[in-house]
Amino acid sequence: MRAVVTVIGKDNVGILHKVSGICAGLGANVIEVTQSVLQDMFAMIMLVDITGMSEDFAVLVDRMNALGTELGLSIHTMHEDIFNSMHNV
Amino acid sequence: MLNVYNILETIRMIQDECLDIRTTTMGISLLDCIDTDIDRACEKVYEKIVTRAERLVPVGQQIEKEYGIPIINKRISVTPIAMLAAACPGKSPVKFAKALQRAADTCGVNFIGGYSALVHKGFSAGDEALIRSIPEALDVTENICSSVNIGSTKSGINMDAVKLMGEIVRATAERTADRDCIGAAKLVVFCNAVEDNPFMAGAFHGVGEPDCEIHVGVSGPGVVRSALQKYPDASINELADIIKKTAFKITRMGQLVGARASDLLGVPFGIVDLSLAPTPAVGDSVAHILEEMGLEMCGTHGTTACLAMLNDAVKKGGVMASSTVGGLSGAFIPVSEDAGMIDAAAAGVLSIEKLEAMTAVCSVGLDMIVVPGDITPETISAIIADEAAIGMVNTKTTAVRLIPAVGKKEGDTLEFGGLLGSGPVMSVRNESPAKFINRGGRIPAPMHSLKN
Repeated sequence: MRAVVTVIGKDNVGILHKVSGICAGLGANVIEVTQSVLQDMFAMIMLVDITGMSEDFAVLVDRMNALGTELGLSIHTMHEDIFNSMHNV
Repeated sequence: MLNVYNILETIRMIQDECLDIRTTTMGISLLDCIDTDIDRACEKVYEKIVTRAERLVPVGQQIEKEYGIPIINKRISVTPIAMLAAACPGKSPVKFAKALQRAADTCGVNFIGGYSALVHKGFSAGDEALIRSIPEALDVTENICSSVNIGSTKSGINMDAVKLMGEIVRATAERTADRDCIGAAKLVVFCNAVEDNPFMAGAFHGVGEPDCEIHVGVSGPGVVRSALQKYPDASINELADIIKKTAFKITRMGQLVGARASDLLGVPFGIVDLSLAPTPAVGDSVAHILEEMGLEMCGTHGTTACLAMLNDAVKKGGVMASSTVGGLSGAFIPVSEDAGMIDAAAAGVLSIEKLEAMTAVCSVGLDMIVVPGDITPETISAIIADEAAIGMVNTKTTAVRLIPAVGKKEGDTLEFGGLLGSGPVMSVRNESPAKFINRGGRIPAPMHSLKN
């Protein structure tokens, strides 16, 4: 089982560190990261494996939401199934 | 295979274009709660609902978190209460409404639908008593919805029921006049009612359905409009293709959520209702889709054609996305719940007559229309009869949800708040149809050959 974390907002020091730190703390393994900074806008999409998580997936969602609020970023954490079912026949 | 474009498209649909799951509705059969002692029956009803739907709201919240998709409403539909009331002659069915309200409060759902009677061919025991109790039931409860089926393609239209419903709609509005006549907004009169509809106010759990199941109603007018906006010069068949693709994506999401809810709740998955259900929020309007297609304002000439194309394309795209499409599936046109419709009605461009024509080609019917406070019960009945005739002849579901604005006239507005929105009072004809309505009897079922 995998989840997609997207982060969009004003660039700042340590965004990737903080997001991946939450994943590591909960045992979610980061598989793939694509990231770009255009002018001062930061955009990142991260694919994480949630199979071996120590807590419920909901805990990861809550922590990411809290981080988003704290840093003023838009962070979405969603199960990959929603993308697979919407975009594949 | 995941790709960045698809991920961002999904997030944009949810965040900017009001994509959501409009409702997860649990259908619960109450046939095993029938009892000749009404108090015992009410207790059984309460117990069965709170047991079955105990986890409906928390499971909905869990799915919202998992997929990052808002589920706006968690609701319940039940067996038409007239069938339970039939076993308790002489007792007021309002007791059942109160039991349902208690169950709604316990489960935390925002509506329970099924304070209903099916009288398309005639009244059986319990039906008339239930219908006559609707004004009181909708007055003393907050989250209970009522519907009455007065006609069908196979049986014709029960004109005695049509006459009665004109009086009931008016009485329901009068009893709740101090609350912007909200009672009438929770009452729908159907022709060809469906048994697995997850949308309120017309949801009930048909007798042909399993003991308990979970339905999903999707939405997404904002997503369709944004998709069309990107192709200002496309031909109509290209637009139809874009709508189909968008409807596919929306419905897939409904299918995913329904399957997951069914899994977590341990009840069978019923249907996905692939409707475009508007809300009064900015960017969530069906009227604005029609305007995007090239109409200056919804309600002008060409509206019926645009709506026919939209409704058909939504179904074609949605059917491909789910193996269990059902309910009312199509585009909804509730006036007070759609920012574009409200504007068009207030501007006088959208009239009841035009809405009636539109209902011949789209989902449901004359929905959430505010009419002048001095409207007579006979005129309400005649509007119901007209709409039922469209449904009966065209073998489709039609419905009437009129709100007589007691004490108000054309130009005034009723404010319901929330998803029900606000509606300008629309004009109706003043010439009396009373003689026709008072004749009673039944309009015979139409023939289905020699189609012209």
